[in-house]
Amino acid sequence: MKHFFTLLSHEIRMLLVSPSTYIAAMLFLLFMGFIFTGILEDYSKAAREVSPANVFFQFFWFPVLFMVPLLTMKCLAEERRLGTIETLLTTPVTTTEVVLGKYGAAYLLYVALWAATGGFFYILYKFVGDAHFIDFGPLAGGYLFVAVSGLFFIAVGVLASSLTRNQAVAGVLAFVLLVLIIGGTNYLATSTWLDREVMSPLKDAVTYAQVISHRDDFTRGVVDTRQLLFYVSGTILALIFSILGVEAKLLHS
Amino acid sequence: MPDTPAIIATHLVKTYAGVAAVSDISFTVEKGEILGFLGPNGAGKSTTMRILTGYLPATSGNVSVCGVSVASHPEEVKRRIGYMPENNPLPEDMRVSEYLYFRGRLKEIPRRKLGPRIDEVLELCDLKRVRHKIIGKLSKGFRQRVGIAEAILAEPPVIIMDEPTIGLDPHQILIVRDLIASLRGRMTVIISSHILPEIEVTCDRVLIINQGRVVAQGTPADLRREILGHSTYQLEVAGDLATLPVVLTSVEPTLRLTEQGEPDAAGFRPVTLTTERDDELGEALLRALGAAGYRLRSLSRAHPTLEDVFLAATRRSWDVKSEDLRKAEAR
Repeated sequence: MKHFFTLLSHEIRMLLVSPSTYIAAMLFLLFMGFIFTGILEDYSKAAREVSPANVFFQFFWFPVLFMVPLLTMKCLAEERRLGTIETLLTTPVTTTEVVLGKYGAAYLLYVALWAATGGFFYILYKFVGDAHFIDFGPLAGGYLFVAVSGLFFIAVGVLASSLTRNQAVAGVLAFVLLVLIIGGTNYLATSTWLDREVMSPLKDAVTYAQVISHRDDFTRGVVDTRQLLFYVSGTILALIFSILGVEAKLLHS
Repeated sequence: MPDTPAIIATHLVKTYAGVAAVSDISFTVEKGEILGFLGPNGAGKSTTMRILTGYLPATSGNVSVCGVSVASHPEEVKRRIGYMPENNPLPEDMRVSEYLYFRGRLKEIPRRKLGPRIDEVLELCDLKRVRHKIIGKLSKGFRQRVGIAEAILAEPPVIIMDEPTIGLDPHQILIVRDLIASLRGRMTVIISSHILPEIEVTCDRVLIINQGRVVAQGTPADLRREILGHSTYQLEVAGDLATLPVVLTSVEPTLRLTEQGEPDAAGFRPVTLTTERDDELGEALLRALGAAGYRLRSLSRAHPTLEDVFLAATRRSWDVKSEDLRKAEAR
């Protein structure tokens, strides 16, 4: 693991010098800003029961679906397309270190982007000067959810990138996998054909894996270890498959 | 272990989906030797090199680098090898010195030594002027030298370079050649190339590969003798050629007339003679031809280039192959 930090700092450096990072960050913040002002406008018209933070994090899936593939599609696919993976793997580094370095850098950027949206709440707090709009519980819960679920989503993106040398394919693959994980579980959990007695174990499994409901729990301040375990184990599994993916491609290259 | 050869490869086989890219290659490279890999496209040069670096696993066979087996200790082997792959892939958006620093850290050079070492390789490869340039904007020659600088950066005992001189102009080729020659004795170098004179000048030993097999190996001089098996003389001579064979046999029994051209205005015609003898026959030929009444305008001994050897060796292996096929069909 001694090369992990060399690789991680290299990856972060490459992200920081690349203009595309800043463009992506700007567009992300612009979009989230629109959502946030939209929410505030709604709140100015009529009183609501839930806090603005709660509503804000309900839209988490949208940036996830678009940002995660964009952040991760390049990491391993590009390396293989250029052939630099060959020079990288002929130094004394392991595939695990390479994959973890890429993953770490993408995750840190993802978290940093989300952390930047914290500025919205700070501005709101400054101008309203009233703490009752800023409900600290849902806010912290929401950010915790984003940080924990991000582990898994970024890992899925890295996995998609390890399977192909074409960035576009990797991006689309990551997008589809994320839609399946976020939308698919939600769809299954609400569909009626799983309500039958025979299907009840499956129904339980789907409910357990339902990302949307995890978000509700987190923003309500309920941090369930089962849900943490779901994301952490999903992350580990996706990363192991990414490492195997890279190595399998070497064997058959 | 001063006597352990730098690289021992025994019975290497690599198959891709049932097609053999490398079939049963064995060779050894001594410490400090410069070995040239020759072979037509698709002969298995790059595959062999990738197996040596531990990047690709061999289907069967064994490689050890400095006495360490590649298959069982890939990490150890990677510390001992500097490798420049085919087409020299480099990250587009890094500066030269940044790239070398990053690679040096990956190759476990201590931070303290890395700075001076980078200066040293930049100097060696004549890259000082571009050290702060972005790699993606460099010309082909500079990129190639960045690749070479990267390969020798950690001062590994074994350096493997896949076509290091491709795309360089003659001046740069000269620099690279001197650079490789300066490593002689200190490091073991394996290079592959299409440019045959390049290999001939730089390498101590040559390995010719065709269709995944070693078809010839040895020093360039040995190969010439072994593969071509004859020396050639070119003369311009005037006189009656009908009696020439008799004169030739009197000089050397194996000397034969193989080619003759049309006489020019002065009656001289170009003639090619071949013999199995290795030593110089020029003087004896001059005397004998003069005594027999021939007029001689020029005589030279042709030096077959590695190119001839290469063509002969690869052709020979194709012949063997097609014979195998015929036999297989007959069965």
